[in-house]
Amino acid sequence: MDFSYEQVAAFAQQSGLLYFFLIFSAICVYALWPKNKTKFDHAAQIPLEED
Amino acid sequence: MSLEETAYAVFLGLLFFYCVLAAGKAVDPVFAFHATLGAIASAAGVFLIVRSFIDRDGHVEPDEINGKPNYNLGPIKFASIAAMFWGLAGFSVGIWIALELAYPALNLGLPWTTFGRLRPLHTSAVIFAFGGNVLLATSFYVVQRTSRARMPGLVTPWFVILGYNMFIVIAGTGYVLGVGQSKEYAEPEWYADLWLTIVWVAYLLVFLATLWRRKEPHIYVANWFYLAFIVTIAMLHIVNNAAIPVSIFGSKSYIVWAGVQDAMVQWWYGHNAVGFFLTAGFLAIMYYFVPKRANRPVYSYRLSIIHFWALIFLYIWAGPHHLHYTALPEWASTLGMVFSVMLWMPSWGGMINGLMTLSGAWDKLRTDPVLRLLVVSVAFYGMSTFEGPLMSIKAVNSLSHYTDWTIGHVHSGALGWVGYVSFGALYCLVPWIYGKRDVYSLKLVDWHFWISTLGIVLYITSMWVSGIMQGLMWRAYTDLGFLQYSFVETVEAMHPYYAIRALGGILFLTGAVIMAVNLYLTIRHGEAEKPAADVALAPAE
Repeated sequence: MDFSYEQVAAFAQQSGLLYFFLIFSAICVYALWPKNKTKFDHAAQIPLEED
Repeated sequence: MSLEETAYAVFLGLLFFYCVLAAGKAVDPVFAFHATLGAIASAAGVFLIVRSFIDRDGHVEPDEINGKPNYNLGPIKFASIAAMFWGLAGFSVGIWIALELAYPALNLGLPWTTFGRLRPLHTSAVIFAFGGNVLLATSFYVVQRTSRARMPGLVTPWFVILGYNMFIVIAGTGYVLGVGQSKEYAEPEWYADLWLTIVWVAYLLVFLATLWRRKEPHIYVANWFYLAFIVTIAMLHIVNNAAIPVSIFGSKSYIVWAGVQDAMVQWWYGHNAVGFFLTAGFLAIMYYFVPKRANRPVYSYRLSIIHFWALIFLYIWAGPHHLHYTALPEWASTLGMVFSVMLWMPSWGGMINGLMTLSGAWDKLRTDPVLRLLVVSVAFYGMSTFEGPLMSIKAVNSLSHYTDWTIGHVHSGALGWVGYVSFGALYCLVPWIYGKRDVYSLKLVDWHFWISTLGIVLYITSMWVSGIMQGLMWRAYTDLGFLQYSFVETVEAMHPYYAIRALGGILFLTGAVIMAVNLYLTIRHGEAEKPAADVALAPAE
């Protein structure tokens, strides 16, 4: 089965949009998830802790 | 002898024999010269391994002393000094070629000193030699400190540092002698590329192994940026340099990619060298050194996560903006433009996070010139990564491309962002690794800052004016539809700006010379760090 340029382009554009939207949402959810706050607050202190 | 030492000694021993053979059978003189250098370096490597084995006399540096990590600082010291050395060399060559553009007689009529050969010498010296050594030094330091673990390996960390600098020597001498594969920022020929691949894999292994040994459960964000830099550069380097040598005893090779695909692969590489070498790597420096110097945690750790992943996923698509209005298909060009504009998002994420780390401590900018260098570098990062997407828009690019505007843009990023964040990091790092309280003279840092800043301002403003003027002159038509200016008229019009640019470069180098003196004095005469409270005081010497 042959695909036209338009079909391939439409598929690439829509799936690209979906892909980037989904991974960006996933990253935001991970970064902003309330339970992760303490972990990140501790991580931010790592360079400042002396050993 | 440990397995590691034996393996390196055998590998370098075999390499020595190959290099001797290659030097004898070489089909061109530059290859013979490089094979000779390779033979000397591998023999020296075997000698160093054997000598350090005899010297250590069965003793192995412990991972911990009194429950504290015993960090491996030797290779970091070497890379810091190498960075300073290559920085001075690279800035000097930059001034030389800037002067050649203003006063062409300075190419001396010799093949070795023509602009075409010295220009890659300049770019490689500042990006890969100066910037690369700064990244090696800081990444080895930061990954150990934030993992609270000594990096593993008796030989491997040294192999990475010395092997990388050997690559620089092979690359740089090759350019001057006229050997190169004509790919921007990837000029070294196939044998240098192969060597760099081996060194880079060793670098990745040392970095991963240190993370593997970490005492800290969370991997600090700076390490994420370093890891992205190391992994992506490996991928870019291998794909862009896929080449077939004409002879395994000669320097000439042919790239496997052809035509517009080659152009696309080249700029996929080229732009991501900017994205992952000059941005991700140096953002890692920002995420460690700015909080450390300001003595405050990063403004928002959550923003750093979002900004990291946004940067990683977007940057890799931006390359086609280097090829607007070429044989590249229109859609690829548009894709590159769209992704470049989206890069504003992670760019501002990084800039906000770096700058706002100082919120509540802005007064430190007045008193601490090292922190000022770091913060101004972040401001330049914000500015040049704002300018970049703007220039990637096709309408703007049709004016800016092939003009000095591009050169001005690159240097606001290179001098302002990469240069200043590196200077700031070295001013912090050198006293730490040599056990000194601080740099020898903060007053000299202040002088460095202001002289260099004046230099950068002269550089980028002259290039903006020259570039936009050049672009406008190229597209100016007369009433009859003829081009208004001949090419040589545009060249003549740029002369004063080229002279101002060279002056800017001279000021930037002057600042760097002050820095080198200051770091030398820090190492030789710096005030020793006060011993920690729980350690018995040593008598003053």
